[in-house]
Amino acid sequence: MAESYSIADLQQWNERILELVQRFGLSIYPQEFEICDHEQMLSYMVYSGMPSHYPHWSYGKSYEKLKTFYEYGVSGLPYEMVINSNPAIAYLMRDNSLALQILTMAHVYGHNDFFRNNFTFRTIRAEFTIEKFKTHADRVRRYVEDPSIGLESVERILDAAHALSMQCQRNLSIRRQTVQEQQEQLLRESEPPSDPFRSIHRPKEYTPPDLEKVPLYPDENLLLFVRDHNPRFAEWEKDLLTIVHEQTQYFIPQIETKIMNEGWASFWHKRIMDNLDLPQGIRMEFMVRHNQVLAPSPGNINPYHIGMKVWENIEKRWDHPSADDEREFGRRKQTGLQKIFEVREVDRDVSFLRRFLTEDLIRELKLFEYQTRGNDKVVSRVADKENWQDIKETLLRNVGMGTVPVIKVEDADFNKSRTLLLKHYHDGRDLHLEYAEKTLQYLHQLWGREVALETIINERKSLLVYSDGKLTIRNIA
Amino acid sequence: MDTVFRSYDSSSAQRSDRSAGDRLRHRQKVREAIRNNIADIIAEESIIGKDRNRIIKVPLRGIKEYRFVYGENTPGVGQGAGDDTQPGQTIAQGKQPAKGDQAGDQPGVDYYETDISLDELVELMFEDLELPHLERKQLREMEVEQQYRRKGYRKIGIRVRLDKKRTARSRVRRKKASQRSHGDGFSERRFPFHRDDLRYHHTVTEKRRQSNAVVFCIMDTSGSMDTMKKYLARSFFFLLYRFLCTRYQNVEIVFIAHHTEAREVTEEEFFHKGESGGTFISSGYAKALEIIHERYHPTLWNIYAFHCSDGDNFESDNAAALKAAAELARICNLFGYGEIKPLGSGYYSGSMIQYFNQIQEPNFQTVQIQRKEDIWPSFKTFLNKDRAREDAA
Repeated sequence: MAESYSIADLQQWNERILELVQRFGLSIYPQEFEICDHEQMLSYMVYSGMPSHYPHWSYGKSYEKLKTFYEYGVSGLPYEMVINSNPAIAYLMRDNSLALQILTMAHVYGHNDFFRNNFTFRTIRAEFTIEKFKTHADRVRRYVEDPSIGLESVERILDAAHALSMQCQRNLSIRRQTVQEQQEQLLRESEPPSDPFRSIHRPKEYTPPDLEKVPLYPDENLLLFVRDHNPRFAEWEKDLLTIVHEQTQYFIPQIETKIMNEGWASFWHKRIMDNLDLPQGIRMEFMVRHNQVLAPSPGNINPYHIGMKVWENIEKRWDHPSADDEREFGRRKQTGLQKIFEVREVDRDVSFLRRFLTEDLIRELKLFEYQTRGNDKVVSRVADKENWQDIKETLLRNVGMGTVPVIKVEDADFNKSRTLLLKHYHDGRDLHLEYAEKTLQYLHQLWGREVALETIINERKSLLVYSDGKLTIRNIA
Repeated sequence: MDTVFRSYDSSSAQRSDRSAGDRLRHRQKVREAIRNNIADIIAEESIIGKDRNRIIKVPLRGIKEYRFVYGENTPGVGQGAGDDTQPGQTIAQGKQPAKGDQAGDQPGVDYYETDISLDELVELMFEDLELPHLERKQLREMEVEQQYRRKGYRKIGIRVRLDKKRTARSRVRRKKASQRSHGDGFSERRFPFHRDDLRYHHTVTEKRRQSNAVVFCIMDTSGSMDTMKKYLARSFFFLLYRFLCTRYQNVEIVFIAHHTEAREVTEEEFFHKGESGGTFISSGYAKALEIIHERYHPTLWNIYAFHCSDGDNFESDNAAALKAAAELARICNLFGYGEIKPLGSGYYSGSMIQYFNQIQEPNFQTVQIQRKEDIWPSFKTFLNKDRAREDAA
């Protein structure tokens, strides 16, 4: 398709959009747009939008998959892709129409603002994003080319690291304590609570905490733990684990704020487009595209749709508070904008939905809960009076990092045999056993000794032990 | 603050196929996974006699990306399309492909059933064999074609092979380099071609060798050979034929069906026509020898013969069969006898294997096939004989 617009057109529209962005009070990083074709877009999708990324076969696999899906029309390509960096970089598809490009640019500024202001992204040094991925790529390539290491060895570590990478700290704003701080805390905790009647009570016997235990508190950063506690690793192996860990950490805020972020960008592209004074043709096309993107996808969750609905709802409820709200919570009229700017800063998906997904909204969005039976999804609850809260709870468990089981390192010297003991913090959802086995195998490879995972299978407490190339499952009391 | 627009640059787009390396590596892993499962694939998939361009679906293990994920008892939340969503309603059949989320939160579709063409599969199968060096006698190989092929570029060469485009390009390159070192005002000057700019095609001559092989498929079509036995035999012949196709340029195939007497038949007849009657194994061998004398002189052809039977033979024919087999083994590169005895059928019928074990020729091999799963291992044993002979020589 011939391009029906020039860069100058885009620049001109961009000026007008920027004007609105400033008027509405969005605070953004400088923006860069890059025009690309669909092949490049596929590549960017595969490599998370990074201009430079370390090589691994799994990216080749997802490229093939995406390309197949794209070519057979199973799924289209995104109109846009933004990466969280400073300046923010966004890719625009060359073949899109002008209307779509304007819509996309407006949408991109929404993401840009979100990246810059939401608390989850604070820990990421956006100005170094591109360089960081670049140096990671360079380092991995160097190890691959090093004749004493080579592709196979690098791949072995990366395969294992990828399997465990999501097992890491979820809320990056919580500072990790040093070992010394942990020891101090442990000592504080072990002291008996002060007892006002100690003159008549027999003093409880004091048992000193075990300050030598590793780890002192359960540790959720699996890769880092293994890196720091397996003395047999060479420097390059440690470095690979670090690289995979750091890259995962970069994506965690995005996973944690998917619904908010997409909702926020949709909310703003709508508002910007409505205020742009678009020519008739562009306006019509925008409406069509907007409705396509925002359409609920039956049976699934469309983060654009749900996110935007919630944002609109917050604005409405703070702009026009009910009499109750005004009386009980002191909510003032016309404070909607102020409220949503506050929320976009301090929330992530779980807290966002917990605080603002109301009963009415759940019903309006026609949310329901399903269970998987064999190959089918069967509706188990619909949003009626009794069930809406359960549906909400289920949803909250399935957003952000909620889809990744919480597994922490409990003990690096389990049974005094250097067995690495993990514990799955079970919340009613069992692990997929085949996947657990294979993942433990990877962990075993990294740890170099027996590994064990405590979990619950079919309501029985079990210990999965991986050693000597096989998995044994023991029931424990 | 300025917004930067980077326009589309088609030349960089063409150059930057950045995932090429990772795709290649992935492809290698797929092939590796197939190779590790070949015995299963051959046993499960009826690839026998299929069109060579046919696409085969091969289930793959080993290239999934495993993580800790939740299993089946995990409820989820979806959005309804209308007001009438009711508990108990089935909303989706089958698993949906997980959307391209970072988290990869579901085990997802096991789309890792990959498509592979029969040719590719066959190639992989024989890579798995670690390729026995088949005997190829000098005479049986002919140099047929001499071809010139372009290969690379040189700075010296003859006029007719001058590559104008590359020459011009290297001049431009040199010009740019000089501009940089000389600064402004340089572009005014004339910048002629220099001898160093010239680029010539380099050509190499290629000799292609032609080698001929003929496969004799000899099968017992007596009444005792039922469908299952025929299927096993057919699988074996198929592998042999495919394998030789990868080794020799020109492979011919001769089908001989025999009961008490032997006939040369077409492939169709060979596999589908049932016959009945008793069995004279020697008749099949005699026919093969006859055809070899007529059409395939052993100095020009690499001869492979394989005989499938259920081991039932008239007692009176055993001595003759032994003699013919020994003679065939002397002529052929490789001669094999496969006895097909599906489990549970072999109690009462006789076996030729003990007779044939008397044959001392090193390139004669007997195998016993009881199940589909035996085909691949026995095929390997069969071919190893050929290699063993090579090593001995």
